[in-house]
Amino acid sequence: MTLTPEREANHAADSPDRPIGFGRIQRKEDPRFVRGRGNYVDDIVLPGMLHGAILRSPLAHARLVSIDTSEALAHPKVVAVITGKDLEALNLAWAPTLSADVQAVLATDKVRFQGQEVAFVVAEDRYAARDALELIEVEYEALPPVIDARRALDPDAAVIRDELPGRTDNHIFDWEAGDAAETDAVFARADVVVDQEIIYPRVHPAPMETCGAVADFEPVEGKLTLYETSQAPHAHRTLFAMVAGIPEHKIRVVSPDIGGGFGNKVGIYPGYILAVVGSIVTGRPVKWVEDRSENLMSTSFARDYIMQGQIAATADGRILGLRTNVLADHGAFNATAQPTKYPAGFFHIFTGSYDLEAAHCTVTGVYTNKAPGGVAYACSFRVTEAVYLVERLVDMLAQRLDMDPAELRLKNFIQPEQFPYKNKTGWEYDSGNYEPALRKALDMVGYDELRAEQAEKRARGELMGIGISFFTETVGAGPRKHMDIVGLGMADGAELRIHPTGKAVVRISVQSQGQGHETTFAQIVAEELGIPPEDIDVVHGDTDQTPFGLGTYGSRSTPVSGGAVALVSRKIRDKARLIAAAMLETRPEDLEWEKGRWFVKGDPSAAKTMAEIAMGAHGTITLPDGVDGNLDAEVTYDPPNLTFPFGAYICVVDIDPGTARVKVRRFVAVDDCGTRINPMIIEGQLHGGLADGVGMALMEIIEFDDEGNCLGGSLMDYLIPTAMEVPTWESGHTVTPSPHHPIGAKGVGESATVGSPPAIVNAVVDALAPFNVAHMDMPCTPARVWAAMQGRATPPI
Amino acid sequence: MNINDTDVTGEAEPRVLLVHYLRENLGMTGTHWGCDTTNCGACVVLMDGEPVKSCTVLAAMADGHSIRTVEGLETNGRLDPVQQGFMAEHGLQCGFCTPGMMLTARALLDKNPAPDDGEIREAISGQICRCTGYTTIVRSIQWAAEHPEPDGFGVESGYDGEFANDVDIRDIPETAANVTAAGDGADGVTSEEDTKP
Repeated sequence: MTLTPEREANHAADSPDRPIGFGRIQRKEDPRFVRGRGNYVDDIVLPGMLHGAILRSPLAHARLVSIDTSEALAHPKVVAVITGKDLEALNLAWAPTLSADVQAVLATDKVRFQGQEVAFVVAEDRYAARDALELIEVEYEALPPVIDARRALDPDAAVIRDELPGRTDNHIFDWEAGDAAETDAVFARADVVVDQEIIYPRVHPAPMETCGAVADFEPVEGKLTLYETSQAPHAHRTLFAMVAGIPEHKIRVVSPDIGGGFGNKVGIYPGYILAVVGSIVTGRPVKWVEDRSENLMSTSFARDYIMQGQIAATADGRILGLRTNVLADHGAFNATAQPTKYPAGFFHIFTGSYDLEAAHCTVTGVYTNKAPGGVAYACSFRVTEAVYLVERLVDMLAQRLDMDPAELRLKNFIQPEQFPYKNKTGWEYDSGNYEPALRKALDMVGYDELRAEQAEKRARGELMGIGISFFTETVGAGPRKHMDIVGLGMADGAELRIHPTGKAVVRISVQSQGQGHETTFAQIVAEELGIPPEDIDVVHGDTDQTPFGLGTYGSRSTPVSGGAVALVSRKIRDKARLIAAAMLETRPEDLEWEKGRWFVKGDPSAAKTMAEIAMGAHGTITLPDGVDGNLDAEVTYDPPNLTFPFGAYICVVDIDPGTARVKVRRFVAVDDCGTRINPMIIEGQLHGGLADGVGMALMEIIEFDDEGNCLGGSLMDYLIPTAMEVPTWESGHTVTPSPHHPIGAKGVGESATVGSPPAIVNAVVDALAPFNVAHMDMPCTPARVWAAMQGRATPPI
Repeated sequence: MNINDTDVTGEAEPRVLLVHYLRENLGMTGTHWGCDTTNCGACVVLMDGEPVKSCTVLAAMADGHSIRTVEGLETNGRLDPVQQGFMAEHGLQCGFCTPGMMLTARALLDKNPAPDDGEIREAISGQICRCTGYTTIVRSIQWAAEHPEPDGFGVESGYDGEFANDVDIRDIPETAANVTAAGDGADGVTSEEDTKP
């Protein structure tokens, strides 16, 4: 068996001269995980701990007539049963969401989606808690559900949120970006306009570990410790202080090891609040861990955008403008996670990688009788939807103009000298060099040969498709002036301490869910200070131990927290210079830095290493005025802009003409996220996102029947790719650093999830060209592809 | 039952699932629980050498059988080659599916010491990973096939005068690419000088 270049490079990660800083090194997290010694929420056992379970609504929309908990309370192992009425007395029946709405913790007046929380049982063990759920009698009075977002604003649609004073409809918000009049003018003079409804169906992040919490309220001190599957422990702490009225210094939120997040674990779910209430009520720790069906039915969904998109161009393929009107299905409560001023997230990045004359979008959000959510599943705040829209429309335009889709893109790219580039909806792209990335992907995949192969196969009746996606991401929210979550500015802190022996601990405000922060953040410090990564401990997730910040989502860790860690390292370096000068009895300006040591200019032998300086700082030498006797520093980094990584993806599919089954034969992904901290980890991030793309494009959907029954509520129905459905990924990269970022690095974690679905769907539609298919909506399951081949509307499932 | 070469005697309600018995009665939390429909395989353990989903086995059914969990992969301070392979090839990220994946890999390699890509993919097709996209898991299992003996890793638990941890893996093929501080070789379009903002 021969080693692939990637595998060879991974082995190099652990050569004796492996990099002190950026480069491939193996993960510091792995030794505990491969031994089964990770510490996930459900692994936590506290003395006297009880188990909670949630009774959920079987109906999508119904008035709550009565709840009888007497039988459940009589169960010998049941300690407490909590209902909405109990929470009302504590003013906790409703909790604020991340979108300035409220959501029911336990239903009081009505249930508004199937799977909604109705009662909470606390029992001695996990099994007894589930038993007791069956002993609760609930009487419902069914109401007409609102399921189709297109009907949500009909005058006769049932009003879902009738508890809100004065509310008479299901309208949440209208939002727009760009210039409508300019865009209309551009469309009026275009030679070609392509107009297509493009649906990004509801899907779910479905992390392997579901959501859960262990709440431990200590009544004497009045201190709450909450172990949670939280991607944003600090924001959770503040929200709990606001919601539960517990003083913030008496709340400690701990995110232990998290079994994947993918945006599913950003918000606060009723289960977390119920675990806290359960602990306060019983005086004992309470664990709540949802099962998979609860996770799929009640926690944050993703997407669910119905987009009417239009692209305007000249006859020779110059793209002039884009416009779109979006109907956004937000479910029963608007709990979408996004910066306050952006109800549709960063959807207005839908102008993509192209230099346009005008663009305009409107987004209307509506309530339906479904679970809340919307922003999740590596979407970078709706960039998935934006990229999918533009990359489908560009492909449809290529088809209409009979132009090669690669040529059409090359013709319209923003050029490298145009950066920083202001797009028509208000973004300023930091840097990009798009053509080399696309050319590299075309070379890697052997584009011309593939087109020749396709022509041959087509002549024989075989269905082969080649799909391109070129995307620009926007990640790293964000500048405090513009971006906050529930009023908390999106800056991130970092603290770095160098111990007397030269070992270090860096405390960060973001929270890994597998992205390798414990390794890569140590590498940033290593790169800046020359301390080996294995000598640097990365602390995250415990709000008592780490500086305040907004957490990990939106690929923001490297752009924001990575910036903070680089800057705090430089603060240490500057201080180390003053101390080294005192030790060497010279002036600081006479010293020069070489990774790991300060030395006297012109005399490299007169030097002090970081370890010597650390001992000096903590020792007895006379320190300069104003220099404290330590080697510690802290920084809060407010980024000046987001980062705009990009990528060129090419997918090759084969479709069985007899069964309409789509097989992804090859997938080439060229990504550019600027400076690369750890190429091995980047590659892994991208691979995972590419698999998400195969899932969404071909398999995954959360659908509802007319009654509002969730049809995707288990892994029997919600299909996630296994090793059999995905190819061996082929990765490449270019490097275009972010000019405003301290180390030139951009985020990358969500790039592949954002960029890959359009590449796959473009390939499917390309394969179906003999059947004159211009567009089909995801997921491209055999049944739906078959229907498209027959010229029929897609089947309901 | 016998778990990881130790006889275990205990009592469990007939309905208790093996996954919960391992995690809650025995405190062996390396085995995970990721779904409720026996699809995900995060709970895979070896029962008499065969991979089983311990969420779909009653604890009572394991009576008299031998069970191997992730906690039993490391023996005498030596990691199993699949554990080394997953670290060497970045076959894990969040780590939640890893124990089950590694146990399936162990059972596969015990039967078929040199599986090809397709055989590996089929063997792990009853298990879901949300992080890796599987390519690196396949590589990890190939790595373990190529290194059947836990050789040259010197993985000890504990302190031996010099702190040893597995980040010190050294298995360097002679052809290893040079690693520079700026990245991973010369296939990028931009030169490394350009990576400094």
